[in-house]
Amino acid sequence: MKRKKLALMLACAVLIIGGIVYASDHNDAPAVKGQVTDITDLYVFQGKNTNNLVFVGNSQGLIAPSATASAQFDPNTLIQFKIDNNGDNVEDLVIQAIYKEGKVNFFGPSRPVFTGTRTKIDEANYIGSVAVTPYGASQPIVGTGAYGIKFFAGPRDDPFFFDLNQFHAILAGTATGFNNPGSDTFAGTNVMSVVLEVPKSLLHTKNGKVSVWLTTSTKESGSNK
Amino acid sequence: MFGSLQVQKKVDPINNNQQLNKIKMRTILKNYLTWVLLIACFAACNKRNNNIPESPFFDQADQAARPAINTVFISPSGKDSFNVTVPSQMAATFSGEMKSNLLALNPGYTTNLLGLTADQFIGVVSTDVLNASTTGTTTFYDGTNVLTGRALGDDVIDVELTLIFGGPDGSANPGLTSDHVNANDVPFLTDFPYLAQPH
Repeated sequence: MKRKKLALMLACAVLIIGGIVYASDHNDAPAVKGQVTDITDLYVFQGKNTNNLVFVGNSQGLIAPSATASAQFDPNTLIQFKIDNNGDNVEDLVIQAIYKEGKVNFFGPSRPVFTGTRTKIDEANYIGSVAVTPYGASQPIVGTGAYGIKFFAGPRDDPFFFDLNQFHAILAGTATGFNNPGSDTFAGTNVMSVVLEVPKSLLHTKNGKVSVWLTTSTKESGSNK
Repeated sequence: MFGSLQVQKKVDPINNNQQLNKIKMRTILKNYLTWVLLIACFAACNKRNNNIPESPFFDQADQAARPAINTVFISPSGKDSFNVTVPSQMAATFSGEMKSNLLALNPGYTTNLLGLTADQFIGVVSTDVLNASTTGTTTFYDGTNVLTGRALGDDVIDVELTLIFGGPDGSANPGLTSDHVNANDVPFLTDFPYLAQPH
């Protein structure tokens, strides 16, 4: 029995690792691995001004410093923070961000035009834009839009930390545990970040909390805009 | 169009000489050409209207909420599908394979630090949304608050490793419950946008 479980564990480990660097959500699935649509992490936390909630959506992980100057947001990729404010795990509000001509434009938080996996930009709820902060800029460019919402878009240090290589070794059966101290596989790497700081009052929560998920979506081919 | 032709017809009976007939023919021709032009123009305008693009649709490619859910709990064949399954359908679709993968990672799983059985734990993680409080502390887990957000400095991996491998009091499998990377490689900013400058 024990042997069977061990075999299953190893089989699973081999299936899971598959030889690629995946981590939080970095390179999580074949269709998005290495693509501009690949999400790395979502963070939602109270701002320095405690009346606000901060939303961080990171994508395009493991960017080496040497590759960061040429890293770009994609004009055909819509980034969305989907927000459920009543506990049914269906989005009641959506914040949208999309790159266009050197800037990222923001829309919402507003009732989504469509819920689910196929949607449109909510042009009627445009709230502002921010120029993408270029790599090497000494200060981040911060924009302010409607309702006092703050925006940032550009390359940042990947805030995620994990000894992924040792985890792979454990799963592969070549190590039995983590090292102490461990080694952060994400140290020295960058991501493309979209950050907003939003007044909590705009979220209309029913029970003092929201449930959030981050999505990327690709413009349908044939759509001409 | 019909208005002009009717005018022409009214004029017709009083013109009996050739000269006037020629003028009449020219006028009819001119009217005819005018209308052909107008129709062509209308068609062109109409075509242009059809070419004004509808605002485009976007199709979901990736989604994520809590860290490492797809990467740890979903089998390779399901990873693309998980990314395009709405959260309200995730538990029904994926909780079976997620439980199998949990028990494959830790065949000795009983309960975890939160007191959750395998079914209860999978019940929590299988709907991949990130809960965030709008009334107070926002943290993935700080020893007191559980799943009230995710701050940049939260050691989410140690939390997840502990919940998967640590058993009822977090002390089981001590070599697997922390990766001993306890913080980011560079400090975060105290002000917006909070994330550190790129390397």
